[in-house]
Amino acid sequence: MSDTKTLLKVTDLKQYFPVAGSKALVHAVDGVSLSIKKGETFGLVGESGCGKTTTGRAILRLTEPTAGRIEYDGDVLFDSSTKEKKDMLPYRRKMQIVFQDPYASLDPRMTVGDIVGEPMDIHKLYSSKEERREKIIRLLERVGLNSEHANRYPHEFSGGQRQRVGIARALAVDPEFIVCDEPVSALDVSIQAQVVNMFEDLQKDLGLTYLFIAHDLSIVNHISDRIGVMYLGHLVEVASSDQLIFHSAHPYTKSLISAVPIADPKTARASKRIILEGDVPSPVNPPSGCPFRTRCPYATDQCSAEMPALKEISSGHLAACHNLDRIS
Amino acid sequence: MNDEYLVDIQHERLSFFTPAGEVKALNDVTIQMKAGEVLGIVGESGSGKSVTAYSIMGLTADNGRIVGGTVTFNGHRIDQMPETELRKIRGKEVSIIFQDPMTSLNPVYTIGNQIGEAIKLHTDKTGDEVTERIKELLRLVGINEPEKRIRQYPHELSGGMRQRVVIAMALACEPKLLIADEPTTALDVTIQAQILELMQDLQKQLGMGIIMITHDLGVVASMCDHIAVMYAGEIVEYGRTDDIFYNPRHEYTKGLIRSIPKFYEQEYERLIPIEGQPVDLLNPPAGCPFAPRCDSCMKICLKQKPDKSVFDEPHYARCWLNDKELFEESTKGSTNE
Repeated sequence: MSDTKTLLKVTDLKQYFPVAGSKALVHAVDGVSLSIKKGETFGLVGESGCGKTTTGRAILRLTEPTAGRIEYDGDVLFDSSTKEKKDMLPYRRKMQIVFQDPYASLDPRMTVGDIVGEPMDIHKLYSSKEERREKIIRLLERVGLNSEHANRYPHEFSGGQRQRVGIARALAVDPEFIVCDEPVSALDVSIQAQVVNMFEDLQKDLGLTYLFIAHDLSIVNHISDRIGVMYLGHLVEVASSDQLIFHSAHPYTKSLISAVPIADPKTARASKRIILEGDVPSPVNPPSGCPFRTRCPYATDQCSAEMPALKEISSGHLAACHNLDRIS
Repeated sequence: MNDEYLVDIQHERLSFFTPAGEVKALNDVTIQMKAGEVLGIVGESGSGKSVTAYSIMGLTADNGRIVGGTVTFNGHRIDQMPETELRKIRGKEVSIIFQDPMTSLNPVYTIGNQIGEAIKLHTDKTGDEVTERIKELLRLVGINEPEKRIRQYPHELSGGMRQRVVIAMALACEPKLLIADEPTTALDVTIQAQILELMQDLQKQLGMGIIMITHDLGVVASMCDHIAVMYAGEIVEYGRTDDIFYNPRHEYTKGLIRSIPKFYEQEYERLIPIEGQPVDLLNPPAGCPFAPRCDSCMKICLKQKPDKSVFDEPHYARCWLNDKELFEESTKGSTNE
């Protein structure tokens, strides 16, 4: 990336949710810090329940974070220590989201034209009805649909087309930053590639910055400049995508990479999977110290006593582990 | 001749009769599978991969009917069998694992109760023998503390554990064929790796045949002997795993392989998608079903269905491009395909 200005900076973000009927809290996101440069795609991977989606939503303040600080383009949107809370409406023009499920995220009773037009209604982005209509058509064309589609309802579209509608809606306010929350995981393989390519084209043409959230490491690796790996509410490793795939440091990242099913029989037969024992612990009652220690083959007493900090191990490569020197 | 194969489907046609018209879900599907083999069926939603496999168990929705061809499994003519007979082989000779382990387990019965059901139904075991068999099965699928698990309910287990329970249920009577319908799609990657490993171990240990239905080429690459690629209710290509990955002969198969990101590639390569939308089975195209999305589509592709071209037995594909003479005629020999 030639433009190295930081667009989004998140510091020690925490998002806890109450558990119904008890005083316990779900530690969904537990101290995540990351920064995203302008024009960059930052991928966030991890398994279900690791807090990747919650991180994306908390950044947009779709849920109010429990603690931490969010800075966007130099403005502090949220800071729990100074009690700063900006009105988000003006920022919604700059920061948008594309949701995972193209079935649940479109109102079945609105036409596609109105779905795409609604953000423009809210932000008053047109001066006449004709202008609104023209803009809607331009947006639909932008995502590979056409003007005929504007008067139809979501149920008339396939999954891939619906996801295009969701993207057109996000683009309606001409945003700078988009949180893409598992935007292709509900789609068929042959359609995934269409949508991934579209995200790439839009980024190039409109200079967008993405936070790309997905559980599929091969898609994230393909689209991202840098990748952050989350486990149980924590960011355990951050690196450029090549560095992460070929020189991962954290034992969780290593097992995640080895578990990716490779669509190449010879490589698949030759590769050794690192099979992790057991399941992810509950975020209601996370383990002391390192969140991964209960499944980690390298865990020591230090790991249960002390949370490892995310520290730089080489330029731009961060990992949170006490035993990096013991792991080959 | 039928005894040679565990599964022998010949020219099966299956349609669903809906208010909107006849949906031709399967068009002339032929599959032969030997005992102990692992067959992968890949394709996108609506391609007919689940319908094909379910019909081996005689499972079709109420509005679905086999309208042509024969389905033979383990010597039984499934397409002619009454429901009462089918019930005797389901769970005994052939079992199935579904995608979502939560919805395939009954939330109000214990794990032990549910695994025991198949044992009681299909064997003459009683009382403690059943309990022993349940514990043995739970250990087989890698669940520790079976004494405790046997009394637990599905909601007390994680997704990976539930899928292990479902596998234990399926294996209760040591079936000859296990149908796995997207068994790992609802699971996380690290749990998926555990379950695939388990299935491979069990297959070697028990020698059963597996039909693996999936949209994930990565899953079939590591565990299948043969692969059938389905598109719009037809098998467009069939072959050994290596044939399909290293020498694909159908444009759809090639497209599928091209459209997934290469994981260990350092150079950035743009993905090559298959353009267009999947086929509407209410109005299937007259010729090759893939023709409307195919980059190499020729005139004949739109008019007439291609026949099988057999390459290195059992590898075949249905694509006009493989019909050499005709192809050379239409392009005046200007290509090296």
